[in-house]
Amino acid sequence: MRRIQRCVRWVHKKVTEEDITAFRNIVGEKGVIVDDVTKYSMDWLGKYSGECPAVVRPATVEEVSEVMKYCNEQEIPVVPQAGNTGLVGGSVPTGGEIVLSVERMTNIISTDPLSRVVEVEAGVILQSLEDHLLDHNLTVPLDLAAKGSCCIGGNVATNAGGIRFLRYGSLHQSVLGMRVVMPNGDIVDMRNKLPKDNTGYDMKQLFIGSEGTLGVITDVVLQVPTTSSSCNVAFLGCQTFEGILETMKLARKHLGEIVSALEFADEECVRMSLHHTQNPHPLGEEKAPYYLLVETLGSNEEHDMEKLENFLNIAMEEHVTTGTIAQDGSQAKLLWAVRENITVSFKDFGDKNVKYDVSLPTSDFYQCVTDTQARLDTKLGEGKANVVGFGHIGDGNLHLNIISKHPGCAEHLEPWLYEWLTIRGGSVSAEHGIGVMKRDALKYSKAPAAIELMKSIKSMVDPKNILNPYKVL
Amino acid sequence: VGVKHTVDYNIKVKVKDGKVAKDVKHSMNPFCEIATEAAMKLKEAGVVTEIVAVTIGNAKAAESLTKAMAMGADRSVHVVGEQAEIDGLETLQVAKVFAKLHEELQGDIYFMGKQAIDDDQCHVPQMVSALLNIPQGTFAAGLKVADDKSSIEVTREVDDGSQTLSMKLPAVVSCDLRLNTPRFATLPNIMKAKKKPIDKKKLSEMGIDLTPRVEVVECAQPVERQGGGKVADVD
Repeated sequence: MRRIQRCVRWVHKKVTEEDITAFRNIVGEKGVIVDDVTKYSMDWLGKYSGECPAVVRPATVEEVSEVMKYCNEQEIPVVPQAGNTGLVGGSVPTGGEIVLSVERMTNIISTDPLSRVVEVEAGVILQSLEDHLLDHNLTVPLDLAAKGSCCIGGNVATNAGGIRFLRYGSLHQSVLGMRVVMPNGDIVDMRNKLPKDNTGYDMKQLFIGSEGTLGVITDVVLQVPTTSSSCNVAFLGCQTFEGILETMKLARKHLGEIVSALEFADEECVRMSLHHTQNPHPLGEEKAPYYLLVETLGSNEEHDMEKLENFLNIAMEEHVTTGTIAQDGSQAKLLWAVRENITVSFKDFGDKNVKYDVSLPTSDFYQCVTDTQARLDTKLGEGKANVVGFGHIGDGNLHLNIISKHPGCAEHLEPWLYEWLTIRGGSVSAEHGIGVMKRDALKYSKAPAAIELMKSIKSMVDPKNILNPYKVL
Repeated sequence: VGVKHTVDYNIKVKVKDGKVAKDVKHSMNPFCEIATEAAMKLKEAGVVTEIVAVTIGNAKAAESLTKAMAMGADRSVHVVGEQAEIDGLETLQVAKVFAKLHEELQGDIYFMGKQAIDDDQCHVPQMVSALLNIPQGTFAAGLKVADDKSSIEVTREVDDGSQTLSMKLPAVVSCDLRLNTPRFATLPNIMKAKKKPIDKKKLSEMGIDLTPRVEVVECAQPVERQGGGKVADVD
């Protein structure tokens, strides 16, 4: 377990029995948990955890406001938490903070199928929202592996990406409004439901991606797309990475607006994923070193199939050496399962794995994997670590993973990897955020003046630094 | 191989105006996929020389034939009917179509899925066997062809385990879940499938009496499951 080194003297107040009683008075007996808090105090990776004196679970925005007001007066540090599925340690205490969980705020307030707007409380689980919207022929504009446990409030606070980013854009686009509780308890109601509203500074954008350091999001108003009746999934293999890039270009050219996802994986990732799920390889014996998953979503089955077949005919003449198209819903799910189970399969092969989530120019995508492998082979010796890559190639987002049973991989890669990325104009964290894990890496992707501006805003809204301290900045 | 173009396995079926809503995504019946795979395995083993996919349905049912050919079937027969004819089609009539086709196809093994997921009747393979007076190996979870190709051994799933039967060819085999895992059709095969021949026949011209013998009295959605509740006590 990584203990977080704090470079500032602990200035916050330690939580006392009196404080816990005060919390109980605000949220009720059921709302406060003091025993058995591991579910809240440890992150999903099992990598970050800290002592947590109490988990406070309000049920309404007023209760959230009361809790924050109290903590602000008493200088008690608070970690806001939704689904606790983050991968950078941003949602758990570093030691001594209380956890403010929105898990009891699970109401879907309203759905307007005509304007395609839905209003929800922050604790609504993504999968539940998806199920609800399906009845209205609508769908959530984001889709990620954690959807069974992550909550919309957390998704918005971290500006979550996922596999539909390519098609539906980021949450900065889809969130129309929100209600936030500031660190001092003030409730700021920005629950706008209109797609166009140019009235003053667009403050909600600050909170999207703020990772719980500027305010606690309690309600979200989302613009949601309609479902598509026609969905096709193709799984293609190329012998070279350049082939994958060329195929992507062809996909964009010939499939145009119906492309909804472009995902990449190397053969190693696919092998591990299939080992984990025990499913057969979709391409049987005709494997390839690099794979591209192409998904299309459209409103006309015949139209889409025609475009897809046209694209495939051309792609097969160029670089695609093997591949398949899902013939029905079950096969489509199986193809996606190959991609979705990659992350979870890593634990089967190594226990000292390191993950990086980076953005870089698409042309440098695989070079990152090759160079990282070369570096670890030199530093640790060949065969000690397996470097693999997969990710949202359509968005230039690579999930670089090192599978190893040998400790110390991270030491050899930081700051080397961050410098490698900065030279190429990449980002040290494409989707996963900064949290606690990448605080020291922030400077590689943001200019000093930008970081200073962030610090000014933070100290203005949270002068006592009680909201998710030690995270991000 | 008999394949049926049914409502896609992932679709939630809804009842509208006393009828099942049919304007939803259709694809090949999952058990028919298993049947096609079973035939393909025999072809790859050199036991079978030709696979003919057969369907009885509306014009769109040809999609399932293309899928069977993408998996490796050599050619297809499409018995086309108008939507009204297809909606009213009963299993005995379907079986009679197969029996009629046998005159032309002279198949050695008739592979079918054990049942279709839209009506779950599980009638056709058994009826075909009776009409043609040939043996049936239903709910097949295992299949072996004798070296001289005159008979087969079918291991069947039965309520209390499995049963192995030996039967002479020609025979009907209806396929169950554990027989195999259907392959993904590879791209080159998907493209080739478009060029394979589909022999079209009209349902109305097959000389089969299509008057219905079964009347649908009512069709309704099952009652929604009520959530459980906690009781204060059991008095």
